[in-house]
Amino acid sequence: MRTFSYVRADDVDAALRAITDEPNAKFLGGGTNLVDLMREDIERPDTVVDITRLPLAEVEELPDGGVRIGALLRNSHLAAHPVIRSRYPMVAQAVLSGASGQLRNMATVGGNLMQRTRCLYFYDDAAACNKREPGSGCAAIGGFSRSHAVLGASASCAATHPSDLCVALAALDAIVELRSSRGTRRVPLVDFHRMPGDTPEIETVLADDELITAVELPPPPSGVSRYRKVRDRASYAFALVSVAAALDVQDGVVSSIRLALGGVGTKPWRAYQAERALLGAPATEESFRAAARAELADAVSLPHNEFKIRLAESTIVAVLRGMS
Amino acid sequence: MRVNGEPVVLDVPPQVSLLDGLRDRLGLTGPKKGCDQGACGACTVLADGERIVSCLALAVQYEGREITTIEGVASLPDGAALQREFIRRDGFQCGFCTSGQICSAIGMLAERDSDAPPTRDEIREGMSGNLCRCGAYNGIVDAIEEVAT
Repeated sequence: MRTFSYVRADDVDAALRAITDEPNAKFLGGGTNLVDLMREDIERPDTVVDITRLPLAEVEELPDGGVRIGALLRNSHLAAHPVIRSRYPMVAQAVLSGASGQLRNMATVGGNLMQRTRCLYFYDDAAACNKREPGSGCAAIGGFSRSHAVLGASASCAATHPSDLCVALAALDAIVELRSSRGTRRVPLVDFHRMPGDTPEIETVLADDELITAVELPPPPSGVSRYRKVRDRASYAFALVSVAAALDVQDGVVSSIRLALGGVGTKPWRAYQAERALLGAPATEESFRAAARAELADAVSLPHNEFKIRLAESTIVAVLRGMS
Repeated sequence: MRVNGEPVVLDVPPQVSLLDGLRDRLGLTGPKKGCDQGACGACTVLADGERIVSCLALAVQYEGREITTIEGVASLPDGAALQREFIRRDGFQCGFCTSGQICSAIGMLAERDSDAPPTRDEIREGMSGNLCRCGAYNGIVDAIEEVAT
């Protein structure tokens, strides 16, 4: 690994000062992604600002019935938190479906939002990758594309976003709180990640000097909720397709629906088109299938990932059928 | 930091991982360097009782923390019992992954909030971050099941 300077921040102001003062600095949370990427020479910060000791690891219940989750809360503690387990089971299920026990003990909520893709060409410094080396091309397009995105891809990049948690957060209308020396702003999770377009190296709206301080969840949607992940092996694998769903049915009609997809999109994918098709429709398999097809109508496959379109449709239908 | 109950001073540059610090500076070669990218679990240690992969941890981040490696587990609840049962139940062949397996099993059992013994499926899921290329998984599950019930 290249050498770098290390700064440990004990409070948010110190962290923001350090990220502003030090050239080419990066925040370090649990390290499960950044340390790996530094060892692979993909991330090359001159200074690392350790934020793991910031007092941002609480789950706080809000007066409106929502919760505020500190950005430095570790994934295992998020999934085990009684309020999250009882009121946002989809979040706990999503977290527990990802990584391993060891990694969940290290990884933080904020770091989960900042995860970079697991596209094998992103990691392969002999391959072209517009994310790693802007302008170099995309080896996945025309290469081995089984893991890649069918929604949101551009001519520059078809890499999927790897997070499970973010898929649940997208379904739940989560808000991301960002702080910098200029103040605080709140960004919906669905707007936090960017589509690749011509600049796939810019993955989020986070500015270089901004810190994710919290994720807020509004009160949970009515009805039942579920996170289901389909993958090549039963545990410790990234999603081929995942579905986060919250469904309420009144008198046989869908009265509330939230749907988001993982493993198929270039960002955590809120399925607005499927939601529009479902709201007010009879809660039947035909409706679920029509809604899934509406969402996937714009899907574009590469030579090896066409199966994801069918798999996403089947998984959406199976999840909603199981909940209704 | 404290390592296996003893205060130690580890004076390393920031790019040194906790794994390299333990192995190369403190001579604790129980934690193994398998993949060095957080995938295999051979480097698993306990930090304040929680299992982590020490290859993705920078040593400097763990200043002041209590680290336990396989060399120190015998005094922990379940530690000596797991060591004994891994031997009795053939929970390893080559032994490269074993120190990580046992540290991970200690952490997994401590994470559980149920008094009911874990099912074999639960053990397999909880231990999925520890790979064994000899394929001693049945013996590993047997050993953990024996200790947890």
